Amino acid sequence: MNPLIVSGSPHIHGEMTIKSIMWGVVIALLPAWLAGVWFFGIGAVIVTLVSIASCVLFEFLIQKFVLKQEPTVNDGSAVVTGLLLAMNVPSSLPWWQVVIGSLVAIGIVKMAFGGLGKNLFNPALIARVFLLISFPVTMTTWPLPIESRANVFNFDGVTGPTPLGTLKTQLAMGQTVAQIKLPSYTNLLWGNIGGSFGEVSAIALIIGGIYMLYRKIITWHIPVSFILTAFIFSGILCLVNPNRYADPVFHILAGGLLIGAIFMATDLVTSPMTAWGKIIFGIGCGVLTILIRVFGAYPEGVSFAILIMNAFVPLIDRAFKPKRFGEVK
Amino acid sequence: MLKTFKKGGVHPHENKFSANSPIQPIDPPQKIFVPLSQSLGAPSKPVVKKGDEVKAGDILATGESFISSYLHSPVSGKIENIDDFIDVSGYRKPAIFIEVTGSEWNASVNLSDELKEDITLEGASIIQKVKEMGVVGLGGATFPTHVKLMIPQGKKAELLIINGVECEPYLTSDHRLMLEKPREIITGTRILMKALGVTRAIIGIENNKPDAINLLSKHASSYPGIEVCPLRVKYPQGGEKQLIQALTGREVPSGKLPIEVGCIVQNVGTAFAVYQAVQKNRPLVERVVTVTGTNVLHPSNFLVKIGTPVSALLEKAGWQPEKAGKVIAGGPMMGKALLNADVPIVKGTSGILVLNGKESLRPKVQPCIRCAQCVSACPMGLEPYYLARVSEVEKFDLAENGAILDCIECGSCQYICPSARPLLDHIRLGKLKVNQIIRSRNQ
Amino acid sequence: MNPSILYAVITLAVIGAGSGAILYWVASKFKVEEDPRIDTVAEALPQANCGGCGYAGCRNFAEAIVKTGSLDNLLCPVGGDEVMKRIASILGLEAPTMQPMIAVVRCNGSFQNSPSKFHYDGVKSCAFAHITFTGEGGCPFGCLGQGDCERACSFDAIHINPKTGLPEVNDKCTACGACVKACPRNIIEMRPKGKKDRRIFITCMNQEKGAIARKNCEAACIGCNKCVKECRFDAITVSNNLAYIDPHKCTLCRKCVEVCPTNCILEVNFPPRKRTTQSDSPAEITA
Repeated sequence: MNPLIVSGSPHIHGEMTIKSIMWGVVIALLPAWLAGVWFFGIGAVIVTLVSIASCVLFEFLIQKFVLKQEPTVNDGSAVVTGLLLAMNVPSSLPWWQVVIGSLVAIGIVKMAFGGLGKNLFNPALIARVFLLISFPVTMTTWPLPIESRANVFNFDGVTGPTPLGTLKTQLAMGQTVAQIKLPSYTNLLWGNIGGSFGEVSAIALIIGGIYMLYRKIITWHIPVSFILTAFIFSGILCLVNPNRYADPVFHILAGGLLIGAIFMATDLVTSPMTAWGKIIFGIGCGVLTILIRVFGAYPEGVSFAILIMNAFVPLIDRAFKPKRFGEVK
Repeated sequence: MLKTFKKGGVHPHENKFSANSPIQPIDPPQKIFVPLSQSLGAPSKPVVKKGDEVKAGDILATGESFISSYLHSPVSGKIENIDDFIDVSGYRKPAIFIEVTGSEWNASVNLSDELKEDITLEGASIIQKVKEMGVVGLGGATFPTHVKLMIPQGKKAELLIINGVECEPYLTSDHRLMLEKPREIITGTRILMKALGVTRAIIGIENNKPDAINLLSKHASSYPGIEVCPLRVKYPQGGEKQLIQALTGREVPSGKLPIEVGCIVQNVGTAFAVYQAVQKNRPLVERVVTVTGTNVLHPSNFLVKIGTPVSALLEKAGWQPEKAGKVIAGGPMMGKALLNADVPIVKGTSGILVLNGKESLRPKVQPCIRCAQCVSACPMGLEPYYLARVSEVEKFDLAENGAILDCIECGSCQYICPSARPLLDHIRLGKLKVNQIIRSRNQ
Repeated sequence: MNPSILYAVITLAVIGAGSGAILYWVASKFKVEEDPRIDTVAEALPQANCGGCGYAGCRNFAEAIVKTGSLDNLLCPVGGDEVMKRIASILGLEAPTMQPMIAVVRCNGSFQNSPSKFHYDGVKSCAFAHITFTGEGGCPFGCLGQGDCERACSFDAIHINPKTGLPEVNDKCTACGACVKACPRNIIEMRPKGKKDRRIFITCMNQEKGAIARKNCEAACIGCNKCVKECRFDAITVSNNLAYIDPHKCTLCRKCVEVCPTNCILEVNFPPRKRTTQSDSPAEITA
C-alpha cells in the first residue's frame, strides 16, 4: 500500500486559481477589445500583440536571468497587464513605445517591487502615465474611428481630439458647454469616438464588468462607488453652472472612466481588501477624477486618480476592517 | 427565501454518494480498542482491569472531573490490556484493549425496538441519566452532553436547536439517521427540552435533504413547540454560531457560548443517543459512520461499535488501497488525515472519507494576489490573509488584536484561496501560540 | 554682474549659514551624554546583530558591558574569545575564557534509518507538522525535516541535507541559539566544541521503550545501559529510556560508541578506525 498522505484540513480545494481569474479578466475585456478593433482597425491589433508579447517576454527574462527564479508567465498575469496597457493607449502608438511601456509596467512596477502580488501601483496605469509624460505627442494623437470598413488596414487614418479633449480646449477658449459640439450619447455608448482603443465602447465595458461580477472575480463596491461619486460630483457642478461644467452622463461615458472603474481600479493586487475600504477607495477615485478633469490641466484624470488612491490603500486596509461576527465593543 | 447565515461561506461540491444507502450494522472484529479520551476534557479513568469479563453496556471508565465522560463496553468479551495505542496523529495514547467474544448485553439495557414516547423522568434525573450513559456531542466536538445541559448561574435557556444540517461534503450519517429514526429523534428532542426547561425547539436541516425535512416535519407536527426549518445549502451552516444566526438572527458574542443568547445546540445524533440513554437505558457504545469517497466502491453508512478499527469499515465498503491517497476521519473540510487505517472509531467519528492519490495532493502554493476571496469567505468576519501572515512572522500581538481566537477553523479561507496558500495551517499555529501567551499572562 | 544674481547668492548664503548655525546649536544643546567607551566597544563587536548574546543588537550589548563594568556572564558567541579579549583590554578588565560552543543535532532518523511511512503535504513548518502528526518516520520525538532551524539561522550554518532529511551544522555556527529555539522538539542542543573540535553525543531523543522506539527508527536509543556500564568516567546517564552524555565529564575516549548496539552515539571529527559492529553507522558528518 502506498504511504498515506497527511496534512492539515481542509483536504479539498475550490476551483478558483490564479489562472482562472486571469483568463476571466481576459474574457471580460474581449467585448471592449473587439469594439476597439472594429472602430480603429489593424492598429489596435498590432498594439495589443506587441504589448502582450513584450510583457510576457520581459517577465520571463527578468525572472529567469535577473532574479534566477522559475518563470511564472503561465499564470497569465503578464498577459492581462499587456492587454490592459494596450487598451489604454491610442491604436496608432509606435510599436517601440509600446515596448518601453511594457518594460516599465513589468520591470519597474511589478518585478522591482517583488513580483506578483507585491506591487503597490497598477502596472498598466503607471506605464500609461510614463508614456504620456515621455511621449506626449504620440500619446495624445488620437485616431478617429474608421469611416468605412475598407480602411481597416489603412495606417494613415484621420486623427482628432477625444470628447474630453474637445471639452477642455473649447471651454478654455470661452465657449459654453451648450455651444461645444460634443458626440451624442449614442456614439459615446457604442464607442464611435476618439480615444484609447479600449476605453471608447461604454456598452462593451459594462458587459465585461457584469461578466466579472458573475464569475466573482470582482465585487460591486469599487465600480459602483467610483461611478456614482463621479456622477454625483459632476452632477452638482453641472447644476451650479451648466455653462462651464458638462452633464454627469457625459462624464461617465466619456474618457477612461468606465474602463478605469471596471478594470483598472478593481485590479486585485492594488485595491483594498474589505468592503468599506473598497467603497472609500472608489469614492476617492471618483472625486479626484472629476477634480482633475474640471480643475486640472489634463483633460482626463482617471489614471492619476487611481494611482493616487493606490498609494492610500495600505492605510485604507489598516483603517477599515470587516465587521466581525459577535464583535464585543 | 431560505434562511442562512449572513457573512461568508463557500459552496464545495456536495458529493453525497451514500445518501441513499441505508444504515447497516457491521460486526466488530476479534479485538477492539476503546481509547480513554473520547470527549473534550480530562481522559476517563478505567474501572476495569486486565482479565475482567465484561458485557456490552458495562461501565469501562468513569469521568471524574467536571468536563469528562463515562465509557461503556460496546461488546461482551475479556479485557486484554490497558495499554497505549497509536492515535490519529501517530502519538501514543492509552486505550482499553478488549478481546471480543460476543454481543451479550448488560441486563439493565432495554433491547427492544419498541418506540417509547412517554418521558417519565424529570429534568435533573434526565441530566444524571445522560451523564451515566456516557452521552457526548456527536457532531464532532464531543463535548459531554450532561455538562451542556447544566445551565450556568445567571443564564437562561430559551431555545433548543437540533443541528441536522450536515454541511460537510460527502457525509450522510445524520441524514440517514433522520430518515430511519425520525420519531426517536423527536422524542430525544422532547427529552432535551424537558431537561432544559424550554418550550421551543427548532430542527435545522439543509435544503439538500428534502426527504428528511418532510419526514421530520410530519412527525414534529404533533408537538407545537417543535419546528423544522430548512436552510440554504452553504458551508459552514452547521457551525453552531452560524446556525444560531440563521435560525434566530442572534450573534453569539466573541469568546462566549451559545447560552449567552439563550440557545443550546445539539447534534441530531446526540438527540438520538439521548433517547436511547433515557428511554432504553442504553449507553452510547455505537454510532452511525459514513464511509465514502471517490476511492470507495460501495459508499455506505454503517452502525459501528466504538473501538472498531477503521480498516474493518474500509474493507466492508470496498476501498482500493493501491489508489488511496488520504484517509480522513470526518469531512473533507475539517476532518483529520489518518496515518494508518488501524485507528479505532471513537464517539466523535462521523465519517471516513478516502480520496484517491491525485486529488489528495494540494495544488502548488503561489504568492498572495490580494484578491480578498478569503475575507469574503470567512464566516466570522476575520481577515485570514492578515492573520496567516502575522502568525507566520510570529507577531502574535497583532494576531491577538486581529481576533485570531474567533476563528472556528472551518477551512473556508484555505478552500477558496486561488493561490492555494496554507492559510488555516498558519492560523492554527497562531491560535496555539496566542493561547499559550494568554495562559502565561494570566499566571 | 547682474544684481539679481548677486541678491540670490547672498540670500542663499545667509540661509545656508543660518541653518548651519541652528543645526549646530541644536545638536550641542540636545546632545545625549554617552560614555565614549560604548562606541569603542561597539566597534570591536562583529556587527552581526544576531541576538546571540541575549541583547538587542551589538550596540545594546556594548552599552550593557560598559554599564555593568564587568564581563561576567557576557559573551558574544559570534566573536568568541578573541572579541571578548579585545573588549577586556579596551575596558581594562579580565576576560573569562569561555568554552566555544556549537549546535549539535540529536537525531539520526534519516530517510534510511527511519523510512517515510507517510507523505506530508502540509505547510513547510516544523511547528505545524509537530502539532499535526508524529512525523513521516513515525517517531514522535524525531526530526521533522521541514527546516525551521535552517530558516532561523542568520549565519548560513545549518542546512537540511536533502539525502537524509536531517539538518547538518557547519563551521559557520556561532552558537547563537536561534535554531535551538526554533526546533519544536528540542532536538538541537548547544554543546562545547570540544578539544580539537571533537565531540561525542547521543543522536536520539526518543523516550519510548526500546522495542517501540526501534519500530520507527533503526538508530534509536533503546535505553539498554551498555554505554553507562562501559563509561569509566560516569559521564552517561539513562533516564526515560534515553541516554545522555554529560559534555563536561566526557573525555572523548570513544568506548561508548563501540558498544552501542543501535549505533546511536555519534563521534564527530575523529580519525576513522576499524568498526567492530555492522549495520547503519551514523552519517559521516564533519561538524
